[in-house]
Amino acid sequence: MSRTLHRLKITTTLFAAGLFAQAALAGGAQAQDRKALLEEHSGGTMILSAVSAAGTIDPQVNYTAEFWQIFQMTYDGLVKFKQASRSEGFEIVPDLAEAIPEPEDGGKTYVFKLRKGIKFADGSDVTPEDVVASFQRIFKIHGPTSGSFYNNIVGADKCLADAETCTLEGGVVADDAAGTITFHLMQPDSEFFDKIAVPHASILPAKTEAKDSGTSYIPGTGAYVIESYDPNDKMVLKRNPHFKEWSVAAQPQGFPDEIVYRFGMKEESAINAIQNGQIDWMFDPPPADRLNELGTQYADQVHVNPLAAFWYAPMNTNLAPFDNLKVRQAVNFAIDRNALVNIYGGPVLAQPTCQILPPDFPGHEDSCLYTKDPGTAWSAPDMEKAKQLVEESGTAGQKVTVVAEDTATSRAVGTYLQSVLSELGYDATMQAISPNIQFTYIQNTDNKVQISVSQWFMDYPQASNFLNVLLSCASFTPGSDSSINIAGYCNKDLDKRMAEAMQTAVTDPEAANKMWAKLDKAFMEQAPVAPLFTPKNVDFVSKRVGNFIFSNQFRWVIDQSWVQ
Amino acid sequence: MSDAAAPRQMTETGGDAAAIPARPSQSPWRRAWRILRRDKAAIGAFVVLVLIVAACLAAPIYANDLARTDPFRSTLSGSIVIDGQTRKIMEASTTGLGLGTTPIGPTWHWQYMLGADNQGRDVAARLLYGGRNSLLIATAATLICLVLAAAIGTIAGFFGGWVDMVLSRILEVLWAFPVYLLAISLSIVLLTTEFWIGPFRIGSGSLILPIVIIGIIYVPYIARPVRGRVLSLRHSEFVLAAKGLGIPRWRILLKDILPNVTTTLIVYIPIMMALNIVTESALSFLSIGVQPPDASWGTIIQDGQGLLYTRPMVALAPGIAIVLTVLALNVLGDSVRDAVDPRTKLR
Repeated sequence: MSRTLHRLKITTTLFAAGLFAQAALAGGAQAQDRKALLEEHSGGTMILSAVSAAGTIDPQVNYTAEFWQIFQMTYDGLVKFKQASRSEGFEIVPDLAEAIPEPEDGGKTYVFKLRKGIKFADGSDVTPEDVVASFQRIFKIHGPTSGSFYNNIVGADKCLADAETCTLEGGVVADDAAGTITFHLMQPDSEFFDKIAVPHASILPAKTEAKDSGTSYIPGTGAYVIESYDPNDKMVLKRNPHFKEWSVAAQPQGFPDEIVYRFGMKEESAINAIQNGQIDWMFDPPPADRLNELGTQYADQVHVNPLAAFWYAPMNTNLAPFDNLKVRQAVNFAIDRNALVNIYGGPVLAQPTCQILPPDFPGHEDSCLYTKDPGTAWSAPDMEKAKQLVEESGTAGQKVTVVAEDTATSRAVGTYLQSVLSELGYDATMQAISPNIQFTYIQNTDNKVQISVSQWFMDYPQASNFLNVLLSCASFTPGSDSSINIAGYCNKDLDKRMAEAMQTAVTDPEAANKMWAKLDKAFMEQAPVAPLFTPKNVDFVSKRVGNFIFSNQFRWVIDQSWVQ
Repeated sequence: MSDAAAPRQMTETGGDAAAIPARPSQSPWRRAWRILRRDKAAIGAFVVLVLIVAACLAAPIYANDLARTDPFRSTLSGSIVIDGQTRKIMEASTTGLGLGTTPIGPTWHWQYMLGADNQGRDVAARLLYGGRNSLLIATAATLICLVLAAAIGTIAGFFGGWVDMVLSRILEVLWAFPVYLLAISLSIVLLTTEFWIGPFRIGSGSLILPIVIIGIIYVPYIARPVRGRVLSLRHSEFVLAAKGLGIPRWRILLKDILPNVTTTLIVYIPIMMALNIVTESALSFLSIGVQPPDASWGTIIQDGQGLLYTRPMVALAPGIAIVLTVLALNVLGDSVRDAVDPRTKLR
């Protein structure tokens, strides 16, 4: 009885403290409370776990959710997504820059003033020169988003053509005396701040070598430094000795003294280790057969939050039978999205969807064309209609192969799709290939993939990050492993409308979002993909983890939780 | 089998046959059959195997007439009535945070006797269909392996010289690769693309692929002992006598050498089948063997891997089937070896 009461007290205290800390993060008015929390809870070693490391720790190269989460507390950009709870995490706040600048020259010029007194982890000052060098480095190292996120900066075309001599002359201009950096864009870009708020635009010392740093740490400005990193063992983060908190919203001081990220532990073992208090958190989603146990016996240690993402089945619009609109529509009608929700872990963990933009996302308006009673939400599959469409298409009996990842969920989704296609009258098979190659394999038209299972998680909260990235003509490169328009769908008219929406967003984001909602529907009328469900994120933490904050942008804000 | 058809092996060791008291000669096959019939372990293993094979062959009857289910169709939203109670095939959790969905467990009725997998498919029906594929692949791969091994081993051992040198080196190269590494490499390359062998198209998910892959990787393991046996037979008196009589080499090979190698091959049949069942299961478990919608015991274990905590039967049932089959084959293999080739008993 007394133990229960004690636990209740602790839980209540932690809950109250959590709310308190979130409120504290939201504004400076409660700085004193935050200071008190820091004094009370700072210290200790937080232990994280993942099945495998996510490759390089160069923030301008790595493009994984696993390490972008780590980069939040080790690196900064001129601006940053707010380190705050839920949708507040979508807000862009000034970071190394003093303020978010007003657009000039019709949205083609932005002048950032650098904060003074900020130092890199090696003790050197952050200067405008570092900013210019960092943006040049994005091109010099052939950063994965250099051609998509930063190609609108004046001089970027030359950098893309000849990376070694990249200067971004006239594009990124430093004024050391004034402490400013001026960006000149070729076209107004409503997503400019989003693009420079992701880790690829981290500001690094100008002397940083123009090559992927691999397992070596590049000094950053964050609250923590990466003391060591061995992808086959662990990553150790310690407090940055040169860090002084300048913005609670952008780079708050963290609670743990040390964070150890271990690699190699399988999900089942990680769950057991968290239950035993040996580790504090696992990056990978808990295995499906442990969910019920976690939800019932460890409910107070489980955090379920929505993700701006969707699982979908891209259909190759240039290959039979999916070059036929009726077949693509039939697949959309035939899929029982509730069944797929069950595969993913039930209605608490996923939501059926038949549109591309996820719920609560800019441009999202509830709509479902492919359901028993078309309207705003999916209700049930319409197999009769689907079979009729297949019959009209005259494609029944053709051979179709579904290509999925060789992971439990993707394989299960692929098997389900194969079953649906068989029911529609196709000679369907499913092929599960290694997750290391599946994503690039299904993109390359040379592999003649007809239909596949894939997922898309947003980089930043803009409708174009789904529609323009996944379905524009520019995203389709035949014969390339980097052709993210997996469906190979190219519609010049819709491309034009997307360009207009992006232009409108510069001055009128609301009007632009309405345009995106119409585009979402227009794409679904052509059905190049079959949206399946919107997943939710499950975090399972140890008992000692307090103040869990989940940002919709970069998920758990790790260093804002405490372990003592 | 008549005595005339028996291999001439008896003459091989029959140097002082004249000194042995006259006794009706018995063919080695008849003698082996007599020994096997008296071996209770062999009979038990054989009965187990027959039961397993019969059950697998009856898979359509079980699925269509008893369980009334399509084991290859996902049934994620359905429900069944058991003892007057309606039960969902996939049950979403309603306790705590409501996380997770659990497939129906063993009902011990015809429908979903062993429960459902993560696609809501009847595990018992899939077990029987999967067994058909596992046994088919193991049997076909064993035949391919034995035919190739017999051909290569016999030719290498009988002709010797450069023929033996080339074939032996090829076998050694194959032998040098770890079996599973070789199988996985071949599977990954072959399973992602269809290809043609002459006029025959081999689809990317075809069952022929695991059969051929498994059949080939074990060839050196049989071909080398066959070659060794042929090498010893080549210098035996009856072969030398046949050569001395001017009998053509091909005739000596077919009439004198091959029949004597057959015993070696027969001894390997059950052992290779057991090995091939395990190999097929391992490859299918790694998603590079049998491809959906087909099932095998390996793919069912893979399906059950994610349900070990909640529905262990999905992985246990095919696991038990593999253990029983392999055990029976190994016991039978030992008995066949003792019966057919008693000299190896003490090895």
